[in-house]
Amino acid sequence: MKDFMDREVTNMKIAVLSGKGGTGKTLVSVNLATAAKKSAYIDCDVEEPNGYLFFKPEGAIEEEVSVKIPKVDDKLCNGCRKCINFCKYNALAYIKDKVIVFDEICHSCGGCNLVCPENAITVKEKVIGRIQKAISDQVTIHTGILNIGEVSGIPIIKKLFSDKEVEANKLIIIDSPPGSACNVMESIKNADYCILVAEPTLFGVYNLNMVHELVKLFNKPFGVVLNKCMESENPAELFCVEKDINILARIPFDTYLGKLNSQAEIAVKKNKRYRDMFSSLLDKIIKEVQHEATTHPQR
Amino acid sequence: MKIIIPVDEKSLISNVCVSFGRTPYFLVYDTETKKSIFIDNTGAATSGSAGIRAAQIVVDNKIDSLITSRLGGNAANVLKSAEIRIYKSIEGSAKDNIDTFIEGKLSLLEEIHEGFHGQRGN
Repeated sequence: MKDFMDREVTNMKIAVLSGKGGTGKTLVSVNLATAAKKSAYIDCDVEEPNGYLFFKPEGAIEEEVSVKIPKVDDKLCNGCRKCINFCKYNALAYIKDKVIVFDEICHSCGGCNLVCPENAITVKEKVIGRIQKAISDQVTIHTGILNIGEVSGIPIIKKLFSDKEVEANKLIIIDSPPGSACNVMESIKNADYCILVAEPTLFGVYNLNMVHELVKLFNKPFGVVLNKCMESENPAELFCVEKDINILARIPFDTYLGKLNSQAEIAVKKNKRYRDMFSSLLDKIIKEVQHEATTHPQR
Repeated sequence: MKIIIPVDEKSLISNVCVSFGRTPYFLVYDTETKKSIFIDNTGAATSGSAGIRAAQIVVDNKIDSLITSRLGGNAANVLKSAEIRIYKSIEGSAKDNIDTFIEGKLSLLEEIHEGFHGQRGN
C-alpha cells in the first residue's frame, strides 16, 4: 500500500456524513483514517461519540468546554426589561422584580449583556462538555463530548477545530453527527470534500436526500459510499443514478465486517480486502479534491 | 380574581388551545367584575421556548390562576415563581371552564411535560 505521505497533499479535510444514524459514518471514518496511516480523526458526533472505541488510544488529554451565560445583579437591575425583549430564545423572564435566567435555553449570544443600560448583567462560565485528544499509531483522535441535557454541541465542535494540531495535520477525517442540522453544518463547513454514506432502505434514501441538499447548499464537492449493499435493488443507488451523483464505493452487506465493527475492530487492520477497498476509496477522494482545487479554485 | 385561559379564537365559546406557549390568544376573565378581555400571545411565533414568553405575559397581567390543558416545565417554573395557581382544563368551551372553575370543580394541573425543546431545529 502506498503511504499517504507520498501523495503530496496539504491539509485536506474530508467530512463523512449521512442523514440517518447507524448508516456507517464511523465505519467509513475510522477505516479511512487508518488507511491513510498519518491522519487526524475528529469525532464531531458530540452527543454520542464512539470513534475512540475503535482506536483504543491510551492517555487522553482532556479539556473542558464552557460557554458564557448571563448573571444578573439584582441590586443594579432597574427592571427596564431590555434584556427580556432582546432575547430571541426566551431564555430570560422577569418575575417578582427579578430577572430569571434559563441557563439551558441561553445560546450565549451575549446580547442581554450589551443592551443592559445599568451594566447589571455580567457573564459566568458554564461547562457544557469536554474534548479529548489521544494518539493511536499514527492517527490523532480528537473527540468531542457534550454533557447530557445541553442544548447545543456547536461550541464543542468549534473547540475541536480550534486545536492547532488539527490544522497542522495533512489529512483530517471528520466524523459528522447524524442529521442535517446545525451540528452537521458546523462539522462540514470547512471540509474540502464530503462523503455521504447511504444504506439501501427507503428511509435511508429520504435522509440521503436531506444531506445531499445540504452539501449542495454548502457548495461542497461530494460523493456517495453505498453501505450494506445486497444483491437486491438498492434504492440509494437508484437515487444516485437519478441525481447523477458520483458513487465512490460499495461496501457489501457482510456479516464478517459487521462482526468486526461490533467488536470495535478496524477492518483495514484486519483484512486485506477492506484495506484495499478503503485505500482505493481514499485515493479516489484525494484525486477528486485535487481535481476540484484546479477546476474550482474559488471553493 | 383574574383567571387566564389560552384560546384558539377571541370568543368565550372558543375551545381551550391545546398549546399554552403557542396559543394565538389569551382570555382574561375577572371573577369580580365578570368582564373578559382577549390579549394576543406575542410570543406565539418565536423560534423556541414560547412557553417562557407566554408565562411572562400571564405574570405581567397580574393573573391569579391559569387554566390550561398542558404546560411545559420552564413555563411552569416561571408561573410557580410568581405563585400563580395552575388548573387543568376540561373538555368544552372557555366559558364552560370558567363556570366549572367558579364552582370550584377544576383540579390542579399535576402533569408538567418536559417541553419540546430542540425538537424543531434538530
